[in-house]
Amino acid sequence: MTSRPLYGKGLRALSIATALVLTAATALIFFYAPLDADQGVIQKIFYVHVPMAIVALCGFVAGGLMAIQHLRTGDRAWDMRSYVAIHLSIVFGVGVLITGSIWAKRSWGHWWVWDEPVLVSFLIVFLLYCCYQPLRFAISDPERQGRYAAVFAIAAGAFVPINFVAVRMAVQQVHPRVLSETGGHLPGDMRLTFLVALAGVALLFATLWKLELTSKNASDQLRRLRARLEATPPGEAPAEAPPAPVGVS
Amino acid sequence: MIRPALAILRKDLRLELRTRESVPAMALFSVTVFVLFHFGLHRDEVAGAMASGVLWVTLLLAAVLGVNRLFAGEREGRALDGILLAPIDRTAVYLAKASGLFLYLVLLELIAVPAFAILLLGPGIGGAFPELIPILLLADVGLAGVGALVSGLAAESRARDVVVPLLLLPLLVPLLIAAARATEPLLTSHAGPHQLAKWLGFIGVYDTVFLLLAVAVFDYLLED
Repeated sequence: MTSRPLYGKGLRALSIATALVLTAATALIFFYAPLDADQGVIQKIFYVHVPMAIVALCGFVAGGLMAIQHLRTGDRAWDMRSYVAIHLSIVFGVGVLITGSIWAKRSWGHWWVWDEPVLVSFLIVFLLYCCYQPLRFAISDPERQGRYAAVFAIAAGAFVPINFVAVRMAVQQVHPRVLSETGGHLPGDMRLTFLVALAGVALLFATLWKLELTSKNASDQLRRLRARLEATPPGEAPAEAPPAPVGVS
Repeated sequence: MIRPALAILRKDLRLELRTRESVPAMALFSVTVFVLFHFGLHRDEVAGAMASGVLWVTLLLAAVLGVNRLFAGEREGRALDGILLAPIDRTAVYLAKASGLFLYLVLLELIAVPAFAILLLGPGIGGAFPELIPILLLADVGLAGVGALVSGLAAESRARDVVVPLLLLPLLVPLLIAAARATEPLLTSHAGPHQLAKWLGFIGVYDTVFLLLAVAVFDYLLED
């Protein structure tokens, strides 16, 4: 009937894979990875904090790439994908800032440290992306909304690396560099745990992304069906729900 | 593309000359912010990092006012449709708006920097020249490029005056870092080692990236 499937294909397989990898990651974090010599148990938050940060940043940049695709093809499906990716990355970003603060409090004694480029850059990027939704929903025309949001997503996606360079140039290094050119100074078992945790968080992001897209597509389709129902026999269908504006979560 | 851009720019400058809505407001605002800093910091004089920070934050905030007003003429006269009907490249609109904003910023600095030197600066502004000029000009290019893009983005939104500062200021953080760091040794009485080239190079990269990006995507903002 319609070109878009109502339920996300492969969503179940993706969810199962996510659950398995996240369980494995949890097991590895608590039973396999060694305790850090000077930080103790608080260091384990690293396996949540860093993967979330990496996934959120990749999500922001991916949102920009999908926005380019939207502008090139004019297909609203790409706009939806970009929107959901950025929206989820903001949610993950809240998690990054909270876990980062907890970690900073335990290991440096302060909730927030300014001389740490990665955390500061992340805050700036996060603040910028917090404007995405206000900007988007302040525009009423859905087609224009998609285009403006795409322009924002592209500019902000390009901003992410520039900002990291600028803050890094400005601040001295105290943050542990996890993925430096040499592969960091993680011992092998910590490294394995970290990579599994990263895969788990990335899968979680993908699952949530697909889930939200599926639900948006389903409600979109429902709305179209309902509109058609209201249109065909006058006075027969008990039209109750007003059509929600497109794109509002 | 250059001629229509010049035509729009000339129209904007004439409008500004007759109404005097943007530059005087920006200049007045910057002086007011210096006064606020005087009381807020409880200092008669600032120097070094503090001076550079006060100066650049004030310039950025004043730029927000200009960015807010950038499309005001088109919006109030509903003139954008006319421009869009004309057979010209859309990029011309962007170039005209960005160069207009650049000129406003230069005018703003002609007033704000001397005012800053008189009101707040301890060591005297003489030592900061001529290095301060390339910093200001290069930063103005970036400010104007990003500002015109943000102004176009916010022009159609209902919450325009909220969206502009919220969007513009985070985007300008890298520029602020580089400009403030480059200015800092110039405003100290016994200047330490300069890293002028490094920061100017960074501002140059920032300007290039955002100008190219804005030229590439601005068309989509005017597409109807």
